[in-house]
Amino acid sequence: MATDNPDILDRARIQVLRDGTGLDEAGVRQVLHLPDERIAEALQLAHEVRMRWCGPEVEVEGIVSLKTGGCPEDCHFCSQSGLFSSPVRSVWLDIPSLVEAARQTAATGATEFCIVAAVRGPDAKLMNQMREGVKAIKEAVGINVAASLGMLSQGQVDDLAEMGVHRYNHNLETSRSFFPSVVTTHSWEERWSTLRMVRDSGMEVCCGGILGLGETLEQRAEFAAQLAELDPHEVPLNFLNPRPGTPLGDQPVLDPKDALRAIAAFRLALPRTILRYAGGREITLGDLGTRDGLLGGINAVIVGNYLTTLGRPASEDLALLQELKMPVKALSATL
Amino acid sequence: MTIASLHCPRCGAALTTQLFLHLACKQNMGLEPPRYCVSCGRRMKVQVLPDGWRAECREHGVLTSAPS
Repeated sequence: MATDNPDILDRARIQVLRDGTGLDEAGVRQVLHLPDERIAEALQLAHEVRMRWCGPEVEVEGIVSLKTGGCPEDCHFCSQSGLFSSPVRSVWLDIPSLVEAARQTAATGATEFCIVAAVRGPDAKLMNQMREGVKAIKEAVGINVAASLGMLSQGQVDDLAEMGVHRYNHNLETSRSFFPSVVTTHSWEERWSTLRMVRDSGMEVCCGGILGLGETLEQRAEFAAQLAELDPHEVPLNFLNPRPGTPLGDQPVLDPKDALRAIAAFRLALPRTILRYAGGREITLGDLGTRDGLLGGINAVIVGNYLTTLGRPASEDLALLQELKMPVKALSATL
Repeated sequence: MTIASLHCPRCGAALTTQLFLHLACKQNMGLEPPRYCVSCGRRMKVQVLPDGWRAECREHGVLTSAPS
């Protein structure tokens, strides 16, 4: 019998898998509300979408904190805010250590090395460190350099592009409607403005967020739709790892089934993007979750440690990719 | 038994009774670098690197993760 309201996964099979058009907010919402017994089906479809529109390769990235802690912003999930009683102290990484971190990252086969600073936006000192650091890395290590330095002015966007920064990360973190519950020292719109400037500069745009901040499923769907509107090259998906001393320190870890539903839903909203497993996957999904995600729409991983916490050993992720017959994307394929 | 000279590397509290007093901290240390000096309980400057970490106490010097 014909119906005007086909099953969401049947619709996605045609609209997303066959035609390459991502689900809209209402469609994502339906995926996020799928019953537990349909999660495997959603992940399978998301995997097919990823293979069809992105291919089997997995992009591997490492990250390091150039300037840790002491941030003036109040992102409620972040242990690096200077406004909370977090145990994280402010510290800078020197340039030789930064180059060594890039070398360690490249040794895993990674093609991306992201330099991150806990700041509202870069000041002259940080921009000078970036200039020196990017130059030193490019001279010594074969790897793309990405950066995540908060909100930028047009001049800083131009400077980073001129330095040869390949991709700029600036997460919207969550939906526009929920953002004021998570951050009060700047606005979602300010972040959006930086992202538009980065896009216009020619640098690749990396923009994702954190799931499990207390947002509703409706707000999670809203967030996916807003990312689809931005259409970034890469979407890192983090899962909240509640940090001691932060306002979200007692927030429960996201239910793993909800995390898997979200992975499938975000892939179905963003069929062509690089969808990256980022922080929190270990505590939210455990070891098996890494496999489920890679077979459910994820096509990129951060390997090794994160900015202030530790991750799975890179060797374990690389062995899993080999077992799943998913080749690591080569540097030549990213240029 | 009192071990007054040791501190929990996750929360910095003095371990005045038994080492396994901070069971919750111990369970959560799996994916954490140490944040507090075990000798004096001071908050350390900690840098997490792609394959390890480095922690510095201004009184007791530098501690690093085992090479991977």
